[in-house]
Amino acid sequence: MQKDIEYIIEPTEKKFLNFAVLWQYRELFYFFTWRDIKIKYKQTALGFLWAILQPLLMMSIFTLFFGRALNIPSQNLPYPIYVFSGLLIWNIFSTGLNNAANSMVNNASIIKKIYFPRLIVPVSSILVALFDFLMALILFISILIFYKQPVSWTIVFYWPFAMLFSVIATLGLGCWLAALNVKYRDFRYVIPFLIQVLFFLTPVLYPISLLKHPLLQYALATSPMYIAVEFFRLPLTNTLPNMDFVWISLASNIVFLLIGVIYFRRTEDFFADFA
Amino acid sequence: MLILLDEITMKPILEIQDISKKFRISHQTGSYLNLRERVVNALKFEKNSTEDFWALKDISFEVQAGESIGIIGRNGAGKSTLLKILSKITPPTQGRIISRGRIASLLEVGTGFHPELTGRENIFFNGSLLGMKRKEIESRFDEIVDFSGVEKFLDTPLKHYSSGMQLRLAFAVAAFLEPEILIIDEVLAVGDAEFQKKCLGKMEDVSKSGRTILFVSHNMDAVLSLCKSGILLKEGGIDVFGTTQDVVKKYHLEMDQNVLSIENEVIKFIEIKQIDEGLLLTVKFNTKTPIDYPNLGFSIADISGHAITGTNPRKSKREFPNFSRSEGVIEVKIQSPKLSNGTYQLFVWFGDWHSNFFETKDPILFQINDIAEEHNRNPKLDGYVIPHCEWTVS
Repeated sequence: MQKDIEYIIEPTEKKFLNFAVLWQYRELFYFFTWRDIKIKYKQTALGFLWAILQPLLMMSIFTLFFGRALNIPSQNLPYPIYVFSGLLIWNIFSTGLNNAANSMVNNASIIKKIYFPRLIVPVSSILVALFDFLMALILFISILIFYKQPVSWTIVFYWPFAMLFSVIATLGLGCWLAALNVKYRDFRYVIPFLIQVLFFLTPVLYPISLLKHPLLQYALATSPMYIAVEFFRLPLTNTLPNMDFVWISLASNIVFLLIGVIYFRRTEDFFADFA
Repeated sequence: MLILLDEITMKPILEIQDISKKFRISHQTGSYLNLRERVVNALKFEKNSTEDFWALKDISFEVQAGESIGIIGRNGAGKSTLLKILSKITPPTQGRIISRGRIASLLEVGTGFHPELTGRENIFFNGSLLGMKRKEIESRFDEIVDFSGVEKFLDTPLKHYSSGMQLRLAFAVAAFLEPEILIIDEVLAVGDAEFQKKCLGKMEDVSKSGRTILFVSHNMDAVLSLCKSGILLKEGGIDVFGTTQDVVKKYHLEMDQNVLSIENEVIKFIEIKQIDEGLLLTVKFNTKTPIDYPNLGFSIADISGHAITGTNPRKSKREFPNFSRSEGVIEVKIQSPKLSNGTYQLFVWFGDWHSNFFETKDPILFQINDIAEEHNRNPKLDGYVIPHCEWTVS
């Protein structure tokens, strides 16, 4: 007799997250991420360079229009560095959210034929965005060296947390939208618009202090990405943000994570019926 | 202690207890919900007009370790739903299943194959999806490649493979799965005869090695050769549970009606019947908007699924001048070729000049009887088509 495996298939599982099963399928996280990265850069002449080129081009455009033409303040940082640091961490969110929200629909053919914890699909698609981030991070560090930008030692603390918070923000909204997208394909058209709106509502291109009305500042701090952007820049600017804003953003970060993952778990059993 | 051990091994490997599955059919929407309709209905305080449909109703049976069971039934009998529940892809509405072994399901070969990835990369991704550990795949890699016979193209993207090569690679990965319970759905419906034989052989090996197999197929020959017992599903319930021979016999009896009526589709009704030595195919259609060309295609295959003959009006250059209707009945008199006695499969599809609206997913089975055949005709040797010959000797 083999190892005693006995499990039961029942109408619906009420567990919030089954970590044992996720652990059992841990290799699939790797394989999904690996596959998506491979496919993304297959048949491109420049390959992984695109992960670096995209933020670089964006930075140039924004520097030209916002830095030079509009002369937006940048907390004593050279505007290219200010914009690039914001874009870099923001791109985890925008790329990741876009990937995650469409991930369930894109993998519908697999979901309809094979069982595995569905959470692996959006999580892996976010890990792909994290890979792009790490590639672009190398370029960013070279830019910092080029500008001889002084950097605080707190970087070892703030950067990992900035990455963590951006992944959490992406995961929460990503899972939520991925599940909604399976049910209502309308969300396919909502997602790019939503990302664009959030981009301007999060202080990526401008400091939050640019808004004069304090109420507006509080409103912007509800963006789950505010804390990530602020933490990522902190070791460069060395100016602590308003702690109220940090707490508000953190709370929104966690609320979205809970909503997203719970909604995803509650609907995942029926993805195969809808997809 | 010995008695206790015995008791454990005697427990069935799979216990299916009162499984039911309900689907909610919405009458207004397509396959997925539309947010606008939801919102509009909510504003009008109207409920979406839905109807409950029980795809499975109180299915119970047990499977002993090492048994192989064939599951058959006509279209919509609930076979696929049952397999999906067993594979954990969709949960049952009621009831439960106790499984005492790892289940791997092959509802399709090559799930997750990606055209941009190379053969090697696809083996790893597909294997991992099917539940193999990376180390298992690595240690089995040479065997898999060997079985598939594509070693020359391992580092070529899959999109350059022929469909036959893709299929062989897909089956090769699946063949090296080692679960205690293997669920297979109609995998053999594709591929050439030689490859099907190879797959069947591999599956026989699997069942001989003591693993449990649940096998859904329309290929009665395959079910008969692979499975000792079978289940005939009918309208979501178990019609017969017994030896494969009995079950297949009952299946053929029920299939004799040769009629398929379909709801919520473009095609409402399909019937095929024998008239003297020819066939009459009747199809009733109802499209939302008038169409300019009723393009009804059919294909007749033998019981194992190999096509024998088929055509559509476009192929035979048939014109329908000034045709513009949204509903009607199409009758096709098939006078030749003459088929020999036996059971056949019919596939039908329907569309207009530009596209197809409908396609039968599962074949419709029909019988040909009482053909004044040549003496001692053997379809295996002489084929299914009776030639029309004139003999002269000089």
